[in-house]
Amino acid sequence: MLTYLVKRLLEMIPTLFGITLLSFVIIHLAPGKPTDIFTELNPKITPEARERLEKLYNLDKPIIVQYGLWLGKIVKLDFGESFSSDRRPVMQRIWDPKKPLLERRLFVTFMINLISMVIIFLIAIPVGISSATRRNTLYDKITTTTVFIGFAIPHFWLALLLMLLFGVTLHWLPISGLTSMNYASLPFWGKIWDLAKHLVLPIFVSAFGGLAADSRYMRSSMLEVIRQDYVTVARAKGLPEREVIYRHAFRNALLPMITLVGLSVPGLIGGSVIFENIFGIPGMGQLFFQSVMTRDYPMVMGVLTIGAILTLLGNLLADIGYMLADPRIRAR
Amino acid sequence: MLSHFSKRLLIAFLLIISITVVMGCKGKPAATVRTVSEVNGDEPAYGDALVTGTIGEPSILIPMLAGDSASHDVSGLIFNGLVKYDTDLSVIGDLAESWDISSDGLVITFYLRKGIKWADGVEFTADDVMFGYRTIIDEKTPTAYSEDFRQVKKAEVPDRYTFRVTYEKPFAPALTSWGNLVVLPKHLLEGKDITKGDFGRNPVGLGPYKLNKWTTGQEVMLDSYKDYFEGRPYIDRYIYKIIPDSATMFLVLQTGEIDMMGLTPVQYAKQTNTEFFKKHFQKFRYPAFTYTYMAFNLKHPFFKDKRVRQAIAYGIDKDEIVDVVLFGLGSPATGPYVPNTWPYNPAVKKYEYNPEKAKQLLKEAGWKDTDGDGILDKDEHPFKFTILTNMANNPRKNTAAIIQWRLAKIGIKVEIRELEWSTFINQFIDKRSFQAAILGWSIGLDADQYDIWHSSKTKEKEFNFVSYNNPEVDELLEKGRRTYDIEKRKKAYFRLQEILADELPYIFLYVPDATPIVHARFKGIKASPIGISYNLPKWYVPKRLQRHTLEP
Repeated sequence: MLTYLVKRLLEMIPTLFGITLLSFVIIHLAPGKPTDIFTELNPKITPEARERLEKLYNLDKPIIVQYGLWLGKIVKLDFGESFSSDRRPVMQRIWDPKKPLLERRLFVTFMINLISMVIIFLIAIPVGISSATRRNTLYDKITTTTVFIGFAIPHFWLALLLMLLFGVTLHWLPISGLTSMNYASLPFWGKIWDLAKHLVLPIFVSAFGGLAADSRYMRSSMLEVIRQDYVTVARAKGLPEREVIYRHAFRNALLPMITLVGLSVPGLIGGSVIFENIFGIPGMGQLFFQSVMTRDYPMVMGVLTIGAILTLLGNLLADIGYMLADPRIRAR
Repeated sequence: MLSHFSKRLLIAFLLIISITVVMGCKGKPAATVRTVSEVNGDEPAYGDALVTGTIGEPSILIPMLAGDSASHDVSGLIFNGLVKYDTDLSVIGDLAESWDISSDGLVITFYLRKGIKWADGVEFTADDVMFGYRTIIDEKTPTAYSEDFRQVKKAEVPDRYTFRVTYEKPFAPALTSWGNLVVLPKHLLEGKDITKGDFGRNPVGLGPYKLNKWTTGQEVMLDSYKDYFEGRPYIDRYIYKIIPDSATMFLVLQTGEIDMMGLTPVQYAKQTNTEFFKKHFQKFRYPAFTYTYMAFNLKHPFFKDKRVRQAIAYGIDKDEIVDVVLFGLGSPATGPYVPNTWPYNPAVKKYEYNPEKAKQLLKEAGWKDTDGDGILDKDEHPFKFTILTNMANNPRKNTAAIIQWRLAKIGIKVEIRELEWSTFINQFIDKRSFQAAILGWSIGLDADQYDIWHSSKTKEKEFNFVSYNNPEVDELLEKGRRTYDIEKRKKAYFRLQEILADELPYIFLYVPDATPIVHARFKGIKASPIGISYNLPKWYVPKRLQRHTLEP
């Protein structure tokens, strides 16, 4: 087990190297430069001024040298400084330890995604099971249609409709941002309540859209399991259907969900820019989008590298989870 | 808006949409306002907070390092300059009480106001100006605005309250370059690298407001600076709330969480005429300092002939574009200046929609439909061209579609291609590989347009990207920037506009209106040609209408 882990971790190093090299080259291939925000169609910029700016950011060097410089820092776990005009370190823009949690983009995105992921699993698993056991009934059809509506409906549109209803017409919920103006002066539970009110709509919209995939996985996985011989045996023994499903079939049907959880790990730090913009949530999606649009290379590379590491770790976790859950795999 | 000298000339209409508000229709005489207020008991009072919605978040609050309009808007409230524009676009003193320009136009001497204090209590002196000047011309400062200051041959501080600069040549935009870009607190920054450290996110200024708290991605909170040299601002707190989506922002406005935003044309024209909006809000409307145009690549064989460009101008109905694209909230453009500003020449050649005349001109230029397919041709080349514009800019896209439709009627086939901004500029505009493009310029408050039209500015990355070349225009541009005499400048720029209107290197399409909306409880707002927020420190909310009470 330990050798296996070490081997897997070592294998990650060349993979990660390859990912960063590819990302670096691709983002530099995109037309434009980080200095464009100053120089583009700005008549006040002379060629000398542009060269000065490019030199400041090392953009005059060949791309492979730039990659070398970046790599030299990254092995020391230094993500460098953002090219945006405040030139803050990349990590500080993602996770500033001096700021409260709600002002750290990574935390905000992680919190919202985690809550919505938990809600999705809490709903999708029972829905998947029940529609598998009631296959082709009216209930199955209604749930299937509902989750697919959630999947197909444009998020921004649903979000705007809900904001109009709950924010403007009913005045029940705030519609933008994470906290109210008087947040700082609220007592602890007041803060939680304020935050919760701000999060209801974003989490509802993101969870509603995510239900389809997970409930469908759960349904098909359950369907496969209840066709197995041991389930027939359990039924033949005369066990009540409840017990057959929830004690015997359920555990085995959950196995593919482990993979699903593993695959969701990198998604936890990735935010959707449309979603974050609509709700005014200062998360990773906005940051990444802005960084790409302004060709802020260190920032883009920082987010991509963290994403890559999490993806690889997520895969590893899924494999370990599988080993723990399924003796057949452990044996090999 | 608050001294955007940095953008004096013209800066690209960037993707970032600033909701800041520029200027307006004639304000009521102050006396009238006062009478009305006294009757209502609505005299100016301190207190309350103004919450503004903004699409973009500032990136840094040091004006000379900022590239985006959100940063300039906020830092403009924190820093002042030596001079600023008055509401009629004349230059008036700000931190400088007065100034002298030597008769040859080479030396400017600024006499600074005495007793102005930085927000930390230290006195502002000429050394701070000198320090800012040295910083902006420093090779290591990543600023886009150093060029005006590199024209300075010599800068001196004869005494504590005097600052003197000497130029090589007279340079009209020089005076206004001494706006808020170059004043920095020497006592806090000397010997430090301003790009490092947290001054950019936690600045100390001397403007009407000072930073209280900046919550990343959510809001920037400013508090009034009680010792502001022009008097304590009435509104105690100014909050810049970041709402990246304009549809959301409009909903938030209706919930009362924000007090002010820039409306889109459809919001202004169609969605804010209800009783609710009439009761709770005041809307403003005035030409924005920007115009949209269609540029021709003058090197392209189709567009070398002036008659062809004029024909296209006759084939386009600008009023129709304003009505459809902007819901009437704008005016047709006739040249590169905003109507009702001093350099604007109202008497240039205008091209009323006239398809017959367009066809006539095209015929004279040799374009005929010889094969009967409905598209004109000449030497077996059909008249087909592509209009490029940037992605996700609906007004420009719609404008292109209307032009496409109109030109089809005079036998010209137009294709439209939308491109991502960087690709558009780097691969097409900079490399001159375009036929026609729809773009916009922000118009600086100074009239100098040397970089756009002068024939020496046609190299890659320079801004005469249409390759316009006219010796008389070159001469006029040179004349206009080498004198401080406004009458002489006016003469040069009036003639410039006549030539541009005749030769049409661009088709000037429209000047959109800025359409801000502000909550009705704010009084003292006086629209002017430079916007509404120039006198923000004088806005107030009468005591009985105040909504927010502030804990310190």
